[in-house]
Amino acid sequence: MIQTITFYLFAALVIASACFVILARNPVHSVLWLILAFFNAAALMVLVGAEFIAMLLVIVYVGAVAVLFLFVVMMLDIDFSELRAGFVKNAPLGVAIAIVLFVELFVGLVAYNAGGLELGTPDGMNAPVLDRSNIASIGALLYSRYLFLFEAAGVILLVAMVGAIVLTLRHRPEVRGQDISKQVKRRPEEAIVKTRPEVGAGVKL
Amino acid sequence: MIGIEHYVVVSSILFVLGVLGIFLNRKNVIVILMAIELILLAVNINFVAFSAFLSDLTGQIFAMFVLTVAAGEAAIGLAILVIYFRGRGTIAVDDIHRMKG
Repeated sequence: MIQTITFYLFAALVIASACFVILARNPVHSVLWLILAFFNAAALMVLVGAEFIAMLLVIVYVGAVAVLFLFVVMMLDIDFSELRAGFVKNAPLGVAIAIVLFVELFVGLVAYNAGGLELGTPDGMNAPVLDRSNIASIGALLYSRYLFLFEAAGVILLVAMVGAIVLTLRHRPEVRGQDISKQVKRRPEEAIVKTRPEVGAGVKL
Repeated sequence: MIGIEHYVVVSSILFVLGVLGIFLNRKNVIVILMAIELILLAVNINFVAFSAFLSDLTGQIFAMFVLTVAAGEAAIGLAILVIYFRGRGTIAVDDIHRMKG
């Protein structure tokens, strides 16, 4: 009974906060609603026993992605009311497409309930081990059967990091920083110039 | 009693809300990126629900990979957004087709 109540609570909250994400006037509020949506989705995942993915969702999304969004929203000085101009104009098309999409998904679900297509059953190799925790089972599978996919995920993250840094890095010549190799390479011969100027002529540097 | 259908319905509602968000906020790239995150969250809920339903951990592992790709996508998207704003002073995507390297 308590499971049913919690499921409906979290499901209603995740849907409500998703609505506010796309409807909020201020993008900062959108990000905060997005964080609430992620927390409730994580709770939904905990309910079916996927604790590891749920915690990962909280750590990765709330801890990294949502904070990144907040940084960018607050860093850019944008007139957001101007960006909402086409909201009412776009609404009919968007709602129509959303309704069509939802009906499609729902019809698919009804068809599945009527007896879905048989596309084979899991081979049992990836079944969770009974006396081990969720994270131990996932780890055993991830580091054996899906090792190469796991490393590919690492490469994807590396490429994303390098790409983000390359895109946003800019060299600003007007800012004077310390160039250590230039300082170390400096020799007395090229640092000192001996001159013998005419009297009263001065020295040109 | 809660079954797989409930989870699938919740995730399809989330997915549709994400698509709707893209259409409603066509000018605001930040909200579009957040709507894409909602879509990926719906996919993740589906993966995890079916993983529990079939008692097969593959769904949870692939949910992790989706999470990885979503994080990378958010980082790259926001970086593009920052340089776009730097060059143009706005993030309205009406004339984004003029964005050339």
